Parts: sequence; C-alpha cells; structure tokens
Amino acid sequence: MGILKRITEWATSPWGQNVPIHVAWFLIWVAGIAGLLFLMVHAIYVRYFARAEEFAGSDAPAPAAELPARIPRHSLAARSFHWIMAAAMFTLLLTAFLPKLGVQFNWVTYHWIAGTVLTLSIIFHVIHASFWLNFWAIWPDRDDLADAWRRVQRFMGRPAPAPRRFAKYPLENKLYHGAIIATGLSAIGTGVFMMSRVRTIFFPRNPYLFSDMTWGLMYVLHGLAGIGLIALVMVHVYFAIRPEKLDITKSMVFGTMRREFYLKHYDPQRWVVDSRTDREV
Amino acid sequence: MPAFDLVQPTSAADAQHLLQQHGEDAWIMAGGLDSFDWLKDRIKRPKVLVDLSGIAELKGIRTTDGGIEIGALTTLTEIVKHPVIREHYGLLAEAAELIASPQIRNQGTIGGNVSQDARCWYYRSGWPCYRAGGNICYADTPTGRNREHAILHAERCVAVNPSDSAPALIALDAKFVIQTSKGERIVDAEDYFIGPDLDITRLHILKPGDLLTAIRIPSTWAGARFYFEKVRDRNVWDFPLMNVASAMRVSGDTILGIRLAVNGAAARPLRLKAVEEAVRGKAATPATGEMAGRLAVQGAVPLQFNAYKIPLMRNLVKRAIGGVEEAKWAS
Repeated sequence: MGILKRITEWATSPWGQNVPIHVAWFLIWVAGIAGLLFLMVHAIYVRYFARAEEFAGSDAPAPAAELPARIPRHSLAARSFHWIMAAAMFTLLLTAFLPKLGVQFNWVTYHWIAGTVLTLSIIFHVIHASFWLNFWAIWPDRDDLADAWRRVQRFMGRPAPAPRRFAKYPLENKLYHGAIIATGLSAIGTGVFMMSRVRTIFFPRNPYLFSDMTWGLMYVLHGLAGIGLIALVMVHVYFAIRPEKLDITKSMVFGTMRREFYLKHYDPQRWVVDSRTDREV
Repeated sequence: MPAFDLVQPTSAADAQHLLQQHGEDAWIMAGGLDSFDWLKDRIKRPKVLVDLSGIAELKGIRTTDGGIEIGALTTLTEIVKHPVIREHYGLLAEAAELIASPQIRNQGTIGGNVSQDARCWYYRSGWPCYRAGGNICYADTPTGRNREHAILHAERCVAVNPSDSAPALIALDAKFVIQTSKGERIVDAEDYFIGPDLDITRLHILKPGDLLTAIRIPSTWAGARFYFEKVRDRNVWDFPLMNVASAMRVSGDTILGIRLAVNGAAARPLRLKAVEEAVRGKAATPATGEMAGRLAVQGAVPLQFNAYKIPLMRNLVKRAIGGVEEAKWAS
C-alpha cells in the first residue's frame, strides 16, 4: 500500500471510507522525464558506443532477383488502422493531460469521442490480425529469445554466435506491442466503464455502477495506463524518426520497404515474402 | 477553526505580492461571508489567509469618463445606495438589493459576490466530488438532490453559479479588472465566469495569485430599460433558484439593442446572445418575449428534480423582454 499511497490521491467518501480518487498528477512529469531520459541515453549510446549490427547468415537466402524491388510490409487496412489509432491516441493524451498542465478547454467530449474511435479501431485490428494477417507474427517466439540472449552476451563482451536476422517484427517491436496492449487495454477497459459517469450518446449516466473503492481503483488504473502511454508514445515517435529506422516508418506510410533494407535486416525464412503478390504476409 | 497565518495587506500591490508568494496555499477573504463557512466547516484548510479588508484603494465607487468604477471591496449596501448607480445603472442596484439580507449586504462585497463558490451541498459538505478534485458528481445521480442544479451546459458537475449581481453586470457590459503576475488584465464580465468544461474546480477565471481589484461599467447602457427578477424559495433571504437581468434600448416599442443574462441555469451566468440577436428589431411585446423564452431554453436538459427550471427560465426571459403584465403563457 505504501507505493500505491504515494502515487495516488485519496479522499474520504460520504460513508467515511478512505478511497483512492485518481493517480497523483506529478507522475505526468515523471513519465515525461523518464521518456526523455531514455531517448537521450539511447541516442548517446547509438552515436558513440554502439557497434555495427552483425547477423548470422541465413541458411537459405532467397534469391534477390526473385524479390520485388519494394517488399510489401503493411496492407492498406493495417496502415489505416495504425494512423487512426495514432490520431486517437494523441488526441486522448493531449485531452487528458493538457488540462492538468493548465491549458483549459472542453476536453471531456473530445476525450470520450477519441476513446470510442480508439476502441473501435482496436476491435477492427484484433479481427483483422486474427483472420487476415499472421496473428503470431507480433508475439515473441523461441528464436527471438535465443537471439536476444545472444545479443545480450555479445553486448557484455562474452563470446556468442551472431544472432539471426529478424522475423517480420524484431523482438523490441514485439515487446513494445505487448506494452501497448497492456497499457492500452487497461485504459480502454476502464475508460469504457468511466463513460457511464459522463454524458455520452452510449449509456445513461450511472455513477453507482460500482462501489467508491472500485471506481477509485478504476480511475487510478486509467491514470497509470495513460501516464505510461506518455512515455511509450515518446519512445515510439523517437524510434520512428531515427535515421536507421526510417525505412520501417516509411513502410507504415507507403506499405512497402526497399529490397536492400529487407535483405540486410530480415531473415527471408522467418519473414517470407510472396514475390508474386504485394499482399502482406 | 484550523490554524492559518493571517496576513492583512494595506495595498493591492502588497496583497498581490502575498497571493503570488503563497500561491495555492493562500485564501482570499473580502467580506468573509463565504470564507468563514468554508473555514469553520473545516472543508477548506488554507495555510495563509489574506484579509483584504484593510485595502482602502479597493473600496468605493468612482465616476470615470466612460462610466463608473467600483472597487472590488465595495459593499453591496454602498452599491444599492449610491446615487449614480441608482440613477444610471439601476439594474445593478436592483440586483444588489435582492442579495441576501441587509446585514449581509453591509458586510458582503461586490468582488466577493461575483467570486463566491457554488452552493451545491454535496460539495459544501466536503464530499470528494468533481468540484472538490474527486471523480463523481453526487448531485447528478438518479437519487441525487438536484432541485437547485443546472439545466444547461452541465459537464460532469451540475452545480450552478449563485451570484445575483453577475447577470446584472453582464447585462451592463461590465469589465472586470484583475491583477495577475503578468500585470493588469481586463476581461468582459461574461468571460470572468467559467464552467466545468474549462475548469471543474472553479467558477471564475482567477488563478492562485490573481486578484480582482475593480469592476468598470461603461456608460453604454446607462439609463437603458432595465429588468431584473430573482426567483427564490424564501423571499426574505435566499440564494436564487434563477435570476434574469436585461438592459434594453428601445425606440417606441422596437428593440434597438439588448443584453440579456440568466444565472442559476448553469455553472456560469449565461449571456443569451442568440436571444439578443433574435429579438433585435422586433417589438418588445409578450409575443416577442414568448419567442425569446422558447429560444432561451433550447438544449436544456433537466435532472431528476429540476425540470421546473425550464419553464421558469422561459418565463423569466419572456418577462424580461415582454414585461410582467403579460405573464400568462399563450399556449
């Protein structure tokens, strides 16, 4: 309870019960500063200390001539989802936290509308990824862990074989996706219930749906998830604009990436590109 | 009463300095009528109380080239009795005279009246509602006691602004003079008040460190046709269930221009611009008033126990334009 007390604000309910009411707002600064520190440390590391990437050779490299010049990576539907989700996420973060920093505007309406857009887009994404994409491509597998261990050992200066090239998504992408799932679903799950406390077009208001304690914990979880998303979004934007990642970022705009980039970083056996079609695999 | 440091500045500059120095820890006290409720009930626990009562420059009514300037610490009784106000700005005198009781008007100030906090009893009882920094509105629930609460512009919190002088000042196109850390700021009366959509913890724009020093009323509407009406549960002494104030220029029966404001319907006094536009150029008759009344309540959403406020507001607007003689609704 000690740490929970420090990162939350509490009040006495009309029934004399001590209940949490929301997250402590100083955590906004903690998240912002933590995100900024990560960016600075990473940028300094890459600039001055990081060694060039080394990958083990592929057992059966695909003949480059069979690959199209532009490797299809993200379908139009996947890209549309990504950018709609991004717009909704930025709207949610700005409407949630700018008022806490003193910028006054009618934020609640924009917030629940953006939350609704995010929720619908994620429902679409789950269905789309489950039936039209390779659902497991974004989840860490045994090879990812083995390669990650090799990279850690080599980083520590210990002898270890070079890691293989990446599957469609590197482990870092997969872990980030997992973190976004955890924070995003926490924010959405609590946010849907919290909409019953404000006037929307969806539910009649019912602030007595849960006890004060349950509501309080829900607000705290919603706040913690939102504050976590500040740092996560900062990190995401940072990597999106890093020069060595621009091919990946552009593929989220145009749908494809250069064949040279693909061959340098990705294992054709782990991310099989169907050269006969531009369909995402 | 919980202990606090009492500071008694003798100039507005000193007061402003103290308020900036103590920020959110400071509490501004003018007449003390709202302050002592909060402090004695132990709901608000400031560390420093800045008592403005010794600042002479904030008191009194001065005639200026373009109208009058009322110091924020001027008592309501002084406003009621001031000959210039009675003659040229009778709307404000009438509104001020209907505030509370004679004893309270002797002590209460115009600055305090426009800056007083909401009367919602859930909030006043110290419950952790939105306005108190919590995450619920106890009044806006199926069983909440919300007879006195908002029918318009409710946004999570449904408390209303309880000031009687506020709509009169809006109708008179008054300007509020505020000393801030960045210097003097002058805002229109209607912009001094804010709703929960902008800041759910305050009814006005004053931030910690800010000080309302004066209210200036231009001569634009001096001597206009005024109307003020306050509806309350007890006619001898009560906060308004709703009030209406209007300043109207007429030629014959034709409305040349009008400023119209209602309080008690929302968290801030509402200037009814759409109504003003709609009645300009029309005859100041009950029929016009009826049209205006219907327009005024568009978008109103009643709570469980305050649906009566919709016909109340409709009728008050009608009477402000068409006069009280034709109070009977046509349909």
